[in-house]
Amino acid sequence: MRKQPQMKKPKANPKILMRVLKMLFSYYPVLLPVTIVCILISAVTAALPPVFMQRVIADITAFQAEATPWETALETILPKVLMLAGFYVVSLLCIVLQTQLMAIITQGFLYKLRRTMFDKMQNLPIRYFDTHKHGDIMSHYTNDIDALRELVSQALPSLLQCIVILISVFFVMLYYSIWMTLILLVGVVAMVIVARKVGGGSAKYFIRQQKSMGKTEGFVQEMMNGQKVIKVFNHEEASANDFEKINQELFEDSARAHSYANTLGPIIGNIGNILYVIMAVSGGMLLLSGVSNLSLGGFLVLTIDIVVPFLNMAKQFTGNVNQASQQINAVVMGMAGGARLFEMMDEAPEADEGYVTLVNAKYDENGDLTETSERTGLWAWRHPHQEDGSVTYTQLRGDVRLTEVDFGYVEGKTVLHDVSVYAEPGQKVAFVGATGAGKTTITNLINRFYDIADGKIRYDGININKIKKSDLRRSLGIVLQDTNLFTGTVMDNIRYGRLDATDEDCIAAAKLAGADDFITRLPAGYETELQNNGANLSQGQRQLLAIARAAVADPPVMIMDEATSSIDTRTEAIVQRGMDKLMEGRTVFIIAHRLSTVMNSDVIMVLDHGHIIERGNHEKLIAERGTYYRLYTGAFELE
Amino acid sequence: MLKRLFGCVREFKKPTILTLIFIIGESIIETLIPFVTADLVNKIKASAALSDGSGMKQVISTGILLAIMAFVSLACGAIAARCCAVASSGFAKNLRHDLYDRINAFSFKNVDKFSSTSLVTRMTTDVQNVQMSYMMIIRTAIRSPLMLIFSVIMSFVMGGALAMTFVVIIPVLGVGLWLVGKKALPAFRSVFRKYDRLNESIEENVRGMRVVKGFSREGYEKEKFGAAADNIRGDFTRAERIVAWNRPIMQICLYFNMIFVLLVGSRLAISAESNVDVGQLSAMLTYGVQVLMSLMMLSMIYVIITMSTESMKRIDEVLCEAPSIRNPENPVMAVNDGSIDFDNVNFKYSAKAKRYALSDIDLHIKSGMTVGVIGGTGSGKTSLVQLIPRLYDVTEGAVRVGGIDVRSYDIEALRDAVAMVLQKNLLFSGTIKENLRWGNENATDEEIIEACKLAQADEFVQSFPEKYDTYIEQGGTNVSGGQKQRLCIARALLKKPKILILDDSTSAVDTKTDALIRQGFATYIPETTKIIIAQRVASVENADLILVMENGTVVAAGKHGELLSSCEIYREIHDQQTKGGDDNA
Repeated sequence: MRKQPQMKKPKANPKILMRVLKMLFSYYPVLLPVTIVCILISAVTAALPPVFMQRVIADITAFQAEATPWETALETILPKVLMLAGFYVVSLLCIVLQTQLMAIITQGFLYKLRRTMFDKMQNLPIRYFDTHKHGDIMSHYTNDIDALRELVSQALPSLLQCIVILISVFFVMLYYSIWMTLILLVGVVAMVIVARKVGGGSAKYFIRQQKSMGKTEGFVQEMMNGQKVIKVFNHEEASANDFEKINQELFEDSARAHSYANTLGPIIGNIGNILYVIMAVSGGMLLLSGVSNLSLGGFLVLTIDIVVPFLNMAKQFTGNVNQASQQINAVVMGMAGGARLFEMMDEAPEADEGYVTLVNAKYDENGDLTETSERTGLWAWRHPHQEDGSVTYTQLRGDVRLTEVDFGYVEGKTVLHDVSVYAEPGQKVAFVGATGAGKTTITNLINRFYDIADGKIRYDGININKIKKSDLRRSLGIVLQDTNLFTGTVMDNIRYGRLDATDEDCIAAAKLAGADDFITRLPAGYETELQNNGANLSQGQRQLLAIARAAVADPPVMIMDEATSSIDTRTEAIVQRGMDKLMEGRTVFIIAHRLSTVMNSDVIMVLDHGHIIERGNHEKLIAERGTYYRLYTGAFELE
Repeated sequence: MLKRLFGCVREFKKPTILTLIFIIGESIIETLIPFVTADLVNKIKASAALSDGSGMKQVISTGILLAIMAFVSLACGAIAARCCAVASSGFAKNLRHDLYDRINAFSFKNVDKFSSTSLVTRMTTDVQNVQMSYMMIIRTAIRSPLMLIFSVIMSFVMGGALAMTFVVIIPVLGVGLWLVGKKALPAFRSVFRKYDRLNESIEENVRGMRVVKGFSREGYEKEKFGAAADNIRGDFTRAERIVAWNRPIMQICLYFNMIFVLLVGSRLAISAESNVDVGQLSAMLTYGVQVLMSLMMLSMIYVIITMSTESMKRIDEVLCEAPSIRNPENPVMAVNDGSIDFDNVNFKYSAKAKRYALSDIDLHIKSGMTVGVIGGTGSGKTSLVQLIPRLYDVTEGAVRVGGIDVRSYDIEALRDAVAMVLQKNLLFSGTIKENLRWGNENATDEEIIEACKLAQADEFVQSFPEKYDTYIEQGGTNVSGGQKQRLCIARALLKKPKILILDDSTSAVDTKTDALIRQGFATYIPETTKIIIAQRVASVENADLILVMENGTVVAAGKHGELLSSCEIYREIHDQQTKGGDDNA
């Protein structure tokens, strides 16, 4: 069922950027604009110093020429310097505000993003998890979020700042000299071209490096899983050789990615230096040639007092282009991460049009079933009728009927054909058949992990499509072959079945499931902390816990999918009494490849390639001498 | 620890040294550039004053000098960038290589100590962290102090009294950055730990999605996650807000420098006591920026190194861990026969474990015998057979194969003589033939077919369109469980072992085929000692010796008939499996 994920090429299109910005604005409609204003102010003030420089230098040159005493000169210079200091104070305030706010905004954004992602993920259908590798889903929460964090906290503010500085410096330069600005622009265009080429190359290889990293991780993981086989066959050397190849690949991608990234700085920086030389020489020439200086301020005479600050501005300008180019990587990676992340967030959530709900019920004086708010142990389906607005109540009994059901995981590939199963309240229905015969698929349909293609499934006479999914599933307990436990105490794990269960309820459920015995022998009994999917328990013990978890939920219908496969026959026989008690009065669907588990079921369905080929109880099927009989006598291979 | 880790640089020492050399070159030129630039400005000024073009020549020649310097700096920078990338990626490659080798040599005891997920993280994330910090270090650890010293010296040379600004700036910035780093580091460390835990809980949720949905716990999970994420947000924001002070501290120094230079500089220039000129003023500003930048870099290095220390430690732990199972000196290179002796063996998985997994095992199996092992889950069957090819070492007592203690053998020789088909069968992605050649890479096609016939696998393999070249998907998903088990048996047979161990490896094979396989063993490989662990009594009832295990010890040993009458557990298992079956057989 699990398919190789189709790693779609992440497209780094501006739409992703827009979406990130939109989210930011919607999360922080006040703080974000304030931050942006701060960035703008601090950027503009950062563009100012050259102007003051120019003024002060002009003053100095003049005073030097006139040999003015310092005290007199100070009267002219001091106000200008003080004004600059004033600007600096404003700028500093803005910077403090902006960096502090940005920290808050970034983390707030990530928090909300994580929550939205997680919430969306909870609502995705099981199909999504069956068709995507868990590692890939996880990387949305780690790699992709990290890339977005880099984008939001570093790249975007820095880019914004650079752009504002560039624009302001540009206008100041135009104010001084259009000629010289034009010369600078030509150089800057060259810088941008180089930056795009080198930066683009670096981003490309970084993405490739990430892929190689994933491959390495996958390889190491497979090797860790197969370690016993490797050792038993003395295959260490061969596996080391295979690893060497992957390792080499990763090395090459990584070296290339970092080469590009590291080179960008020196290249752009030194183009800036060379540009400076060109500007200086041509400035000198312009000074000499006496070409009339065209500027936004009209025809100013080009003097040394303009050329020197202009050169400084040129330096600042190219410095900013350099800084902006350093962000290319982060932007590309951030957009790629965002694209992958949004892909998951845009998956269609599990549809639920159900309107029939499960409510606590009691019989009133007239003997009619009515709704009540307290827990009575009696449940009813609340069925509102749209036509006349009336509400009917049907008692929850656990009658499940599948009628002529067809189903396929992929369209056009039917895996269940015309399956009909009638389970009356309290009956035990077992499914037997080879792997891939469709046993688990049937149970996937009853709790609506997947929706049927054709036919009908009714629960207590109600079409399950009309029942609210959460209520439908609440009425079904499932125990799966692969037991998943959660970090927390043993008690917490049992209580997962019913959150308001008391400790006594949980212990009673554990006793029923036959789990109490081993739990009390754990170091801290029911308060023993489980970690890493209960790694310190045996597979059989984990299955017992899963059964206890289902028992505490006390559902009228239970699905046991190979629930006791890891409990050996002898232990199974020991816990059998508890299991029998647990199943008493419930409708139970049992899937097991061990026939001793299913023998005493009311109905046994033998499945083959999605068809029910035999049905009946153990005695009847043995008497028929068909597939079941051959399975039972061991003449036939299962799985 | 550092010495051991950096020892892994090996062949990438050359690019590392090249990086350092070229970075020194780049730094020297970079500090000279403002100096020449100042000269250029003055030349332009002078030429403007002359206003007859005669000064232009000097302007141009200084310009050319500057341009050449820029080119050299560019070349140095580019070469250093490349060398540095190669050096750091290569270092990482070597680290991964060494880690892999080490893990390969690990016994399961070693692996259990670290847990396999943690080993994977160490090989990926941790190595990447070290790579990044190595790159950072060789790029900036020399450059920053150099730039700092050069810039300060140049400032004094050029600006004289103006350089006094650094007396103020450097301590302020240094102390400021140090304080921020000191406060931020522990905050970040604890945040990252929490972050890891958060991601683990997401993984748990993804894995257990069927349970979550089955119990309709989506809302509960959302709430739980929301609380954890909120908690992290608080801590993260606090940590980032501390770091956010870096920039204002930097800016305040920059601004101070600017005002100081303007004010004092103009005084010096005008009062004519010193001959400070306009060019020097702008150079002073550039040096100011350079000094600040290098200080900033130094503080970043400090942060990165401390942050990656954790990763380095984790890598070093693995590299230091001695494989607990190693070849002895002068190992025995050949296994004589397939006899197996357990001499009063006690065994537990870790020294800390309270309970022994196996206790008081005393067994003597003659070469060529067929031994059946039966018992419940957790009774110690797998633990018992794992001691034979030395996947684990005994805690007390000794295991002997061919009369010699397994710890005296060359490990490869021992494992070549002992073939084991595991409970968790694993085929690897590749063709059937490739998978089978794991057993013996030089096996001829005839030998492969022969082994498959013995394992009752030839028939179904021949029915595949591609026969022995059929491609097995990862995890062997395109063959049935029973087929997979038979292929695994064939793979083990190809080793022509002296001892063959089947650990519950015919559970999915039907009884008839199961019997045929055992018959084949008896006929074709009579000298091989066969140990068969099984759930089904039918699989072991013809064995020369049947061991019944419970709670880590052999409670009964004997032939089928003897055990039926003497061993209650055995009878119980037997009755359970034949009950009903007998009625209809």
